Amino acid sequence: MTTNQEEVKLLGATGSPFVCRVQIALKLKEIEYKFVEENLVNKSELLLKYNPIYKKVPVFVHNDKPIIESLVILEYIDEIWKQNPILPSDPYQRSLARFWSKFIDDKIVLASSKSVFTIDEKEREKHIEESTEALQILENELKGKFFGGEEINFVDIAAVFIAFWIPLVQDIADLQLFTDEKFPKLYNWSQEFLNHPVVKQNLPPRDPLFAFFKARYDGLLAASK
Amino acid sequence: MGTSDLKLLSTPSSPFALRVKIALNIKGLDYDNIVETMNPKSDLLLQSNPVYKKIPVLIHGDKSISESAIIVEYIDEVWKNNGTPILPSNAYDRAIARFWVAYIDDKWYNSSKNLLVAQNDESKKACFEQVEEVLLRLEDVLNKYSEGKDFFGGENIGFLDICFGSYLSWLRVTEKVIGKKVLDETKTPALVKWAEAFVAHPAVKGNLPETDKLLVFAKSLVQRMVAAATPK
Repeated sequence: MTTNQEEVKLLGATGSPFVCRVQIALKLKEIEYKFVEENLVNKSELLLKYNPIYKKVPVFVHNDKPIIESLVILEYIDEIWKQNPILPSDPYQRSLARFWSKFIDDKIVLASSKSVFTIDEKEREKHIEESTEALQILENELKGKFFGGEEINFVDIAAVFIAFWIPLVQDIADLQLFTDEKFPKLYNWSQEFLNHPVVKQNLPPRDPLFAFFKARYDGLLAASK
Repeated sequence: MGTSDLKLLSTPSSPFALRVKIALNIKGLDYDNIVETMNPKSDLLLQSNPVYKKIPVLIHGDKSISESAIIVEYIDEVWKNNGTPILPSNAYDRAIARFWVAYIDDKWYNSSKNLLVAQNDESKKACFEQVEEVLLRLEDVLNKYSEGKDFFGGENIGFLDICFGSYLSWLRVTEKVIGKKVLDETKTPALVKWAEAFVAHPAVKGNLPETDKLLVFAKSLVQRMVAAATPK
């Protein structure tokens, strides 16, 4: 189960929800790896070499072969390291897991971020409406303790953004986007998820991240005046 | 074999529905092609894809699968012993194929759509450059992964061939609309050859929308999109 640490590398940045997804998956499967903290303002040659197209993290490197896009990385990890599977083995269940993870990326991540980091009131309202609608769809979809049932799976891991990042950024703008009143099942899920032993160890420290986003928000406000 | 319980909700112009048709053909599967008018959307569509209310949707028995790339993977997994494999057998190669499909659905889709609706010379030029950039990247990918064979998947058409190839009819229509070659043998010779091989492939041939009909459809779509984007 333990691999030569040099063979498995993750280029990431503390604070990135997409990097966090990969870290959770690696920890769940007890895979040893080397974490390379990237400075996203001053990108390393390694990052630019491995991801010339998007120049973003995470980049997962296995035996010197790079893989990018967090959900693609998760599938790869699940295929190579079969312990504690994160995707179901049934093709239909797999298609559902892929569908919901893509839904989170397409409909929730950007819209919810823009609900906070948009100055124009009308634009902001639009994003809030979109995020609320999408969160409701997810709320309706959640059947058990986790999206994976009794155990966390691919969709739960993809949804770490909702559990940790949305509550954090909405506080900055004093927004009530994701609350237990509006989305009781999803809120409950987020508490269970954040307390999961593997997830708990892999979340970034809240305060510095809050400070980072607050600075960005304040900067945006200042620039609009 | 259970293929009589396969239904595909589609439209003739959709490149995404085309992906599914090609995948079903590769696997030699019979299916009931249900053409949706989309206006209004049928009850079957609304029930089987309540989240997006879009086609394509594959209905397999009592199961509905949406999102074209996800449907293609589903078909490849369920009927893995039929026809030829669509996704590569090696995990790393699968990751690469999935990455490039996600890339084209982001970069190709948006840049070619922008090119189609661009109204003034300046934006047409900028959009054309973006489209060219994507094609040059794909030319590299093709040269790297085809290993001298016809397709991104090598000897057989694979995931990236199906997903990118399904955009070809729209590429041809765009060329007609803007009056300029987009796929140019002086710039991307491998892609030009690839396109010819793709449209001639038995799983693809006969499933492509007629360019003339698609052109009419595209022109009216562009008009609607431009009208929607114009500030009142």
